[in-house]
Amino acid sequence: METVADFLAALRRGTLSARAAVDLALQRIAAADPALQAFLAVRADEARAQAARIDEQRAQGQDVGPLAGLPFGVKDVICERDHECTCCSKILKGYRPPYNATVIERLRAAGAIPIGRLNMDEFAMGSSTEHSAFQQTRNPWDTTCIPGGSSGGSAAAVAARMVPMTLGSDTGGSIRQPAALCGVTGLKPTYGRVSRYGLVAYASSLDQIGPLALSAEDVALVLPHLAGHDPQDTTSAALPVPDYCAGLSGDIRGLRVGVPKEYFVAGLDPEVRHAVQAAIARLSALGARVEEVSLPHTEYAIATYYVVATAEASSNLARYDGIHYGARAADTRNLLEVYTHTRRQFFGDEVIRRIMLGTYVLSAGYYDAYYLKALQVRTLIKRDFDAAFENVDVLVTPTSPTPAFKLGARTADPLQMYLADIFTVSVNLAGIPGLSIPCGFSEKGLPIGLQLLAKPFDEATLLKVGHAYQCATDYHTRRPANCTDLFDEETKE
Amino acid sequence: MISHTDIAYLARLSRLAMSDADLAVFMPQLQQILAYIEQLRALDTTGIEPTAHVLPLRNVTRADDVGASLPQAAALQSAPQVGDGFFCVPAVIE
Repeated sequence: METVADFLAALRRGTLSARAAVDLALQRIAAADPALQAFLAVRADEARAQAARIDEQRAQGQDVGPLAGLPFGVKDVICERDHECTCCSKILKGYRPPYNATVIERLRAAGAIPIGRLNMDEFAMGSSTEHSAFQQTRNPWDTTCIPGGSSGGSAAAVAARMVPMTLGSDTGGSIRQPAALCGVTGLKPTYGRVSRYGLVAYASSLDQIGPLALSAEDVALVLPHLAGHDPQDTTSAALPVPDYCAGLSGDIRGLRVGVPKEYFVAGLDPEVRHAVQAAIARLSALGARVEEVSLPHTEYAIATYYVVATAEASSNLARYDGIHYGARAADTRNLLEVYTHTRRQFFGDEVIRRIMLGTYVLSAGYYDAYYLKALQVRTLIKRDFDAAFENVDVLVTPTSPTPAFKLGARTADPLQMYLADIFTVSVNLAGIPGLSIPCGFSEKGLPIGLQLLAKPFDEATLLKVGHAYQCATDYHTRRPANCTDLFDEETKE
Repeated sequence: MISHTDIAYLARLSRLAMSDADLAVFMPQLQQILAYIEQLRALDTTGIEPTAHVLPLRNVTRADDVGASLPQAAALQSAPQVGDGFFCVPAVIE
C-alpha cells in the first residue's frame, strides 16, 4: 500500500477507509520524518476529521470524488486557507492565507486530503532545500546528502513512502531535480496547464505547480484534478484536459525519441551518463525510434534563466514590506526603515542575492544589455525546441548532471549551486512539460533521474513513455533502506 | 564590473538595509554570477523578438461583473500591526 493506484483501488473497494488511509500516512510520517525532516507541519486532527466525513458520506452512498481518501502533502509555497504558509522564509512567519489555491480547492473537491506542509528552499530559490529558513531535509537514500530542491520536502516525503503524492512547484527544475535525486516521479506541466492561483510567485512567467509520486501512472491519476482553465489565473489555458490514463498502454512502438547531443557534455557524471544511455537503449528495445537531435542554445540556458528569473523575482518579492503580512523588524524609526530592516533581517542570503541581481539587470543602463538580451536568447531556446519537436515526439535527457551531493557541499558557492539546474531550466524558459523518472542508481546507491520532454500540452505522451519504461523496469519501485524495515513491520501486523 | 557604489545603490533600490560588511560578502558573489551571465553577449541576437512569456495571449479580460471581495478582517489577519480596520505603519510625515 504505497502508490496512488494502490490507495485508490483499496479505498474504492472498501478494504481501506479514508480514516485508515490517513492513519497509515500519519504513522509513516511519525516513523520516517524525524530523521528526514520533510514536513514543516502535520495536521493530524483536521485530516482525520476530513477522512471521517468522507467515510460517512461514502457509507450513505454519496459521491465522494475520484480521489476520496487519498492523503497528500503540500509544498509550503501553495496557499491553504488559514494554515500558515511561509515559503520557508522568516519574512512570512505567521502568514495565514485567507484563501485556498485553486489546486487545493480542486484536489479537496475530488476528495483528496491535505495532511501537512513540506519543506523547501526559501521562496523556491535553490537546488538543495538547504536555503530553507527552518530545517534541513535529508535525502532518504543517504541522510548525509541533500534531497535536491527546491521541492526537497515534497520529493523526500514520497521517496520515504510517507504519503503517496505531494505537490511541488517548478520554476527552473524544482520538481524534476529533487524527484531525480530522491528516486521518484515528478512532472512539471506545460506553462498554463495548471492554475497558479494561490502559488506564491517567484518568477511568474516560469512557475508551474505539479505532482510528485511513485510512478507515471500515479501522476496520470492525479493530473486531471490539478489541470484546466481557472478564471483566477489569466495565464491558465482554456484547453480540454485529456484522460491521461487512457494512453498508458505500455506500447511505444514507432514513437520518435530525440537525444539532444548538447546534454551529454563534460560535467555530466559518468554514472549518470551510463544510466541515461541504458534507459535510451531500453526505449529503443521497446520499439521507439531513437535519433540524435541538436538544441544549439543549451549552453546559454543557465545565464538566460538567472537573468529572467531574478528580474521577475525582484519585482514579485517587492511585496514583502513588513506591512501587509508576515514579520516586521522591531525598533524602526520611519517607514523606509520598516521596509529596509524587515527585508534585510528576514530574507535569507540566497533571496537577497537574487533580488539584487534581478534589480541590477532591470536597472537603468543595464536593461538592454542583460534583461532584453536574455529575453531574446529565450526566443532562441524556445525555437530550438520547436524545431526539434518537428521531427520527434519526445526528448530524453539526464534530469541532473550528478546524483545527490553532500549537505553543505555547494552552499559556499552560489554559482556552483546554479549549475545543478543546467538540464532543467531550458524547459521552463520554453514553457514545455517535463517528467523525471528514476532510471538507475549510482555505485553508492543514489538514484539517477531520466528527463522526458514533449511539446506544449502533450503531458499525455510523457506519461505514456514514462509508464512504458516503468512497465519494463523496477527502479521506481525500489525503496530506501530505512523504509524497508517499516514496511516489513506493517506487513507483519 | 559591479563596484561598491553600484551595489550600495542596488541595496537602496531593493529596499535592503545592507551594512558595509554585508556588501563585502555579496559583492564578489554578484561579480562572479554576472561574469558568468556575460557569455550571453557573445551571441548575436540582432532582430530576434524578445519572449517575455510563452503563451499566445494578449489582454485577457473577464466580464465586468461585481463579485465578492475579500472581507476586511481576512485581508488584515496576517498583518504585523493593525488598528481600527487599517494596516498600521510608523508616521510617514515627520
